[in-house]
Amino acid sequence: MKTLITNGIIIDPDTRQMGVGSVLVENGSITARFDGQLPADASVRTAPGTTVIDASHKLISPGLIDLHVHLREPGEEHKETIATGTRAAAAGGFTVVACMPNTRPAIDSVATIQHITNAAARANNAEVLPIAAATVGRSGKELSPMRELVEAGAIGFSDDGTPVSDPAVMRNVFEYIKMLGVPYFGHCEDMVLSKGWGMHEGAVSNRLGLPGYPSAAEEVGIARDIALAELTNSRLHVCHVSTAGGVALIRAAKERGVKVSGEACPHHIVLSDRWVLGWLDEQANAENEPGISLNATTRPPYDTSTRVSPPLRSEADAEAVLQGLLDGTLDFVATDHAPHSRVDKEVEYRLAMAGITGIETALASMLMLVNRGQMNLIDLIVKMTDEPAKFLGRGSTALRVGARADITVIDPQMVWTVEAEKLFSKGKNTPLLGQKMRGKAVLTMYKGHITHHE
Amino acid sequence: MNLPPIAPHNPWMATATRKRRHVLDLDDFAEQEILDVLDAAVSMKEILGRSVPQVPILRGKTMANIFYEESTRTRLSFELAARTLSASVMNMTAKGSSVEKGESLIDTIRTIQALGADIIVMRHGESGAPYLAAQHFKGSIINAGDGRHAHPSQALLDLFTIREHLGQLKDLHVVIAGDVLHSRVARSDIWGMLRCGMRVTLCAPSTLIGDMQMWKASHPGLRISYDLDALLPHTDVLMGLRLQKERMQAGLLPALREYSTYFGISAERLDHLPKHAIVMHPGPMNEGVEIMPEAADSPRSVIETQVTNGVAIRMALLYRLSGETQA
Repeated sequence: MKTLITNGIIIDPDTRQMGVGSVLVENGSITARFDGQLPADASVRTAPGTTVIDASHKLISPGLIDLHVHLREPGEEHKETIATGTRAAAAGGFTVVACMPNTRPAIDSVATIQHITNAAARANNAEVLPIAAATVGRSGKELSPMRELVEAGAIGFSDDGTPVSDPAVMRNVFEYIKMLGVPYFGHCEDMVLSKGWGMHEGAVSNRLGLPGYPSAAEEVGIARDIALAELTNSRLHVCHVSTAGGVALIRAAKERGVKVSGEACPHHIVLSDRWVLGWLDEQANAENEPGISLNATTRPPYDTSTRVSPPLRSEADAEAVLQGLLDGTLDFVATDHAPHSRVDKEVEYRLAMAGITGIETALASMLMLVNRGQMNLIDLIVKMTDEPAKFLGRGSTALRVGARADITVIDPQMVWTVEAEKLFSKGKNTPLLGQKMRGKAVLTMYKGHITHHE
Repeated sequence: MNLPPIAPHNPWMATATRKRRHVLDLDDFAEQEILDVLDAAVSMKEILGRSVPQVPILRGKTMANIFYEESTRTRLSFELAARTLSASVMNMTAKGSSVEKGESLIDTIRTIQALGADIIVMRHGESGAPYLAAQHFKGSIINAGDGRHAHPSQALLDLFTIREHLGQLKDLHVVIAGDVLHSRVARSDIWGMLRCGMRVTLCAPSTLIGDMQMWKASHPGLRISYDLDALLPHTDVLMGLRLQKERMQAGLLPALREYSTYFGISAERLDHLPKHAIVMHPGPMNEGVEIMPEAADSPRSVIETQVTNGVAIRMALLYRLSGETQA
């Protein structure tokens, strides 16, 4: 059984080259690559048992990697399962995801890691890399059995949305993981400063009368964790950086050699707190030109699909996050895919669970930046493939002979509409519902088998 | 005044060809619509003065009061307004209802709808709750106060009262003194007053105002001051706001005494106002804190008139939403 993907534009993130070519996949690996136009009569096309997939006018990218998703299993399978979440990942063009430990129970035991690994293997839609809890039950007190967890497959630690509040415990976490060579994934937030928050604190929260989550609450958290990472010479990865000040803190820390990295979420770049105003925003763009702009006036004010943690921030913050991604302060793109059920979201704004389901819209959201000339296509692919791979300590994802056949074929021109019933994720909680997007993964291949095709 | 234009894509507001669907805040009211409501309220106030104050304008219509927070004046005011217009009234308070059993807001709204309500008057502790309700109700919602966000009928009755006493709105200077940061009344007043061409200054300790730029982004013409005494000689309307004692516990204020000293509306401060100036307060008052009893009872005080006018304004709103023809 062979699969030949022909005549697409192959993107190599390591050499930053793009060119027409074809790849042959056999037994889960790339066994041949043909650069240049593959002739119609090439013998490789007609070899027995070969399925030929025409990728002309499409991009052939290494499989995309998303190091921040919430798969909700075990414990909240009504929101998402490992099977549905990875199926959604495949639809979004992803072949590798890292899942957060805010499950029930938290991922703080080898048994839970094994459950995740087994469920992921059964679904076989994507590689699932567990991020384990740094403290038992994510309670911020006793350290979890971190060495056992790493041996069982954890790629790092996080207490996720309930960051370790006691700085002495946090220091110990940093000290301990240094021995293990893995990073701490920081959801950096001073929860006293953000207590009772509804949305980003600013002009919009003031107008809507919603208690604010000041940028400073995130920045105090980032600053503390940078200081502790610096103290212990340990690795800190700052999740979902959403403020200009947060980007600046990470930039400065990197300059003085702190082992810190950061990620940017598409929603913190292409949306802003003005989306919470919905159709009350007198300055909102009302045109949805696919691939260029979104219509911010289609949803009512206080639409809970806009509630996420950290919150959608100001337009200036969004610009700073993009700049951080472009200049390398923020290392890669991650979605913070956070599916919720209807009952979690169909409530008063401040009471709604925070989270946006984003893994199926991430690529199109980021391609919008490419179409607008704000970002180069190769830079984007690097930030979604080789940069997260490098973070994991892996080599380049480039599609060369011998590489694992994780491949995403992207139609950059395909126009599609974000519709709840068409999302593979159980979570339909995205403010992008109804928007026309341009660009989509039309074929995703994980270890040589097709996980998504349209 | 420098006010942002009304957002054009809001399907619930009035347009040249469409009746208003809900009254959720004054940010989607143009000046003319506000003046129309005030004019209608003049007629309504005349009805209230009759020996038999009842007209059959809303016979057959049902208004439901659903109050998730305690209220005396607003709930009774809406009820009286509805009865005067011959509408039926249903009352629901969260306490002692299925809300305590965990019923969601949307389910409550659907239940009220199934019982035949045409208009829901809603008070809720969470900002934005009426906007959620509005998406699940076929009739009209009137926001009777949501969290810190809005209280449009209060703002309209304030405008009505000012116009009644001072004969105009345009160019008058209003000073709103008190906890504006947490005040839904202030937020709606600001929209309504600025739209009607009034000048508005917020005056409070900085912890009860917050970042000035947050206010200026929505209302470039708004002014902010920490010096009440300096404002008094240039004030036409001095409005006090309730100061909740919890604000002190939350560390926003050093002591109530310090607040009263610098920001309290006292009889001595009233002496520094121009002769024509009036004193307002949306209630309920904390007498001795943000307003002294001598000030609340002074001849300048129109606080009780505000309550009376509230009924007329609410009649005008009910009529506007459910009357067969436009007011």
